[in-house]
Amino acid sequence: MSQAEGVLRRPRPLWSLGLLRSEITMTFRRWRTLALLAVLAGVPVLVGIAVKIETGDGGPGGGGGQGGPAFISQVTHNGLFLVFTSLAVTLPFFLPMSIGVIAGDSLAGEAHGGTLRYLLVAPAGRTRLLLVKYATTLTFCLVATLVVALSALVTGALLFPLGEVTLLSGTSISFGEGLLRALAIAVVVALSLIGVAAVGLFISALTSSGIAAMATTVGLLITVQILDTIPQLSAVQPYLFPHYWLSFADLLRDPVYWDQLQKNLGLQALYAAVFGSAAWARFTTRDITA
Amino acid sequence: MPPVGAVRRPVAQPHDMGEPMPKQPATGPDGARPPARGSGPAGTPAPGPGVPSAGEWAIETRGLTKAYRGGQLAVDGLDLVVPRGSVFGFLGPNGSGKTTTIRMLMGLIDATAGSARVLGQPMPAAGRRVLPKVGALIEGPALYGFLSGRENLRRFDAADPDADPRSRDARVGHALERVGLGAAAGKKARAYSLGMKQRLGLAAALLRPRELLVLDEPTNGLDPQGMREIRALVRELAADGTTVFLSSHLLDEIEQVCTHAAVMARGRLITQGTVADLSSTVLGSRGPGRLTVTTPDPADAVRVLKEHGLTGLQITDDRVTGELPEADDGAGPPELADLNAALVHAGVRVRGFGTERATLEDVFVQLTGEGFDVAG
Ligand SMILES: Nc1ncnc2c1ncn2[C@@H]1O[C@H](COP(=O)(O)OP(=O)(O)OP(=O)(O)O)[C@@H](O)[C@H]1O
Ligand SMILES: [Mg+2]
Repeated sequence: MSQAEGVLRRPRPLWSLGLLRSEITMTFRRWRTLALLAVLAGVPVLVGIAVKIETGDGGPGGGGGQGGPAFISQVTHNGLFLVFTSLAVTLPFFLPMSIGVIAGDSLAGEAHGGTLRYLLVAPAGRTRLLLVKYATTLTFCLVATLVVALSALVTGALLFPLGEVTLLSGTSISFGEGLLRALAIAVVVALSLIGVAAVGLFISALTSSGIAAMATTVGLLITVQILDTIPQLSAVQPYLFPHYWLSFADLLRDPVYWDQLQKNLGLQALYAAVFGSAAWARFTTRDITA
Repeated sequence: MPPVGAVRRPVAQPHDMGEPMPKQPATGPDGARPPARGSGPAGTPAPGPGVPSAGEWAIETRGLTKAYRGGQLAVDGLDLVVPRGSVFGFLGPNGSGKTTTIRMLMGLIDATAGSARVLGQPMPAAGRRVLPKVGALIEGPALYGFLSGRENLRRFDAADPDADPRSRDARVGHALERVGLGAAAGKKARAYSLGMKQRLGLAAALLRPRELLVLDEPTNGLDPQGMREIRALVRELAADGTTVFLSSHLLDEIEQVCTHAAVMARGRLITQGTVADLSSTVLGSRGPGRLTVTTPDPADAVRVLKEHGLTGLQITDDRVTGELPEADDGAGPPELADLNAALVHAGVRVRGFGTERATLEDVFVQLTGEGFDVAG
């Protein structure tokens, strides 16, 4: 150990970020993460091809998918609309499902493999580890959303013309500004996933089985999505995390309707606070025996 | 247990390290708990932070107790003291609470009652300060199968906020060499054999210079060369001043490397002390020991030995065995050389002459019982 001692330096606060870097690198090198991203990248391609074939047959451009016919009908005129369409198609299920897999496995997977105990005696610190796991999940939210958006942009550019964007309110903006709005929408979609990521982290903190945590998170997501469509439950629906998800379309209006967007972000922040605290309370006191 | 003051007395020289250790069982054979103690050594002068102090215990627990969900006590009122610089063997049958104790010491689980200090600081409260100085192998290795051996070590090192990222590569390489995994470092950990995984787990504990190593069955799954190397490594680390706390079922191994040992059974500490003291304590409780004489004249030998006070004499073929008498005035058993001379003087031809030494295995079996079944 002599050569190690020779360069012994005082610990610096920045060294703590090493774990975050290690976590992000490890997550994005995993075969499973890459498979999830590949599926997400494939969705816009499929949607693009389907639209192309459908319109090529001379059929009506609309219909299909709860993700907003308003976008789909525009795709043939402007490939940029494939970005909005693809985000609308993946947001209800594909995106949150992949977040559920990553978030659910984050702590439970380490507990299952036993590596959690070695991280904790390293000592990673329970709070720090929890923050690192959440930060990594949020990074995945952003990357996953951007993957969908980029794949859609490339597919749209290849299959359809690009040009001025006609907003939902009828006014037109330049393609450049359209791209900016697309980026803003991608960011809002990523932020919409904060809540489900916090729920997944909380579930992950409860159990020592990665599979169980993933399945529970995804199951919960499906249940909540169903509850959100039952009219008799309209009183609780504003508190369900997916309730305002599709409000991102309001960014395609001139002027932008902020009301629902703000409600969405507020709700996500509430979920992050509540489930983040619950995860912290559980994880910092839990016996790690696996 | 000796009074607290004696336990806390600073240990000045390595050779007297074992001296303040309790020589008598900490809990009586009837399971009686030691009397509740007062507020503890309030007046003990605490050495300043960062001062390497020979006077501290590396590990010290008071009434440490753990009941898992379900209620049964896995560890019951443990008062353990591990001197700094010792190689401490932690023994006990399966399910006796060794791993549970280690988990509490490392802050992985909360104690139901009692307290623990590691390197002089309370655990788990001071985990952030203590654990960077502790290397641990707990209940076998756990690795990321999809990462290579080297990447696994980089990951665990990155989790230590006190580990310098600039020297990470060098330290990881050094740790890999130390456990003989240099050549297999690039292989995915999933493809490692049991012994290779165990070695990698050890490498993780050796990533930085440590003050304390806690090794739960470190030679599990290792080949004979691996075991020898681990023993050599433990001795080497101990020579550098690292305290090594290791649990094992291989009593030979403990006897070979450990200076101190403690024995657990059913969650209770039965005894602790230097290995030499443990052997002699148990030998003492059995009497001074058994003498074995090999001779072609067994009948004469029995007569002479009886005259010298030996009891329970038995003849099997050409071997005569008997219990040495208790010394009546504390002067110790009769001098063996005198006995031998007496035999020869009486015309008994002696081929072999000697006493049995208690091995740690005898001590262990005597203390924890012969039964094979795990306590429920
Ligand atoms: N996670 C757990 N939940 C409930 N009980 C447990 C748990 N882990 C251990 N125990 C119980 O605690 C007791 C002590 O177990 P522990 O693992 O500490 O034994 P050990 O001395 O390490 O045994 P071994 O020599 O087999 O490793 C046992 O009775 C065991 O059944
Ligand atoms: Mg064990």
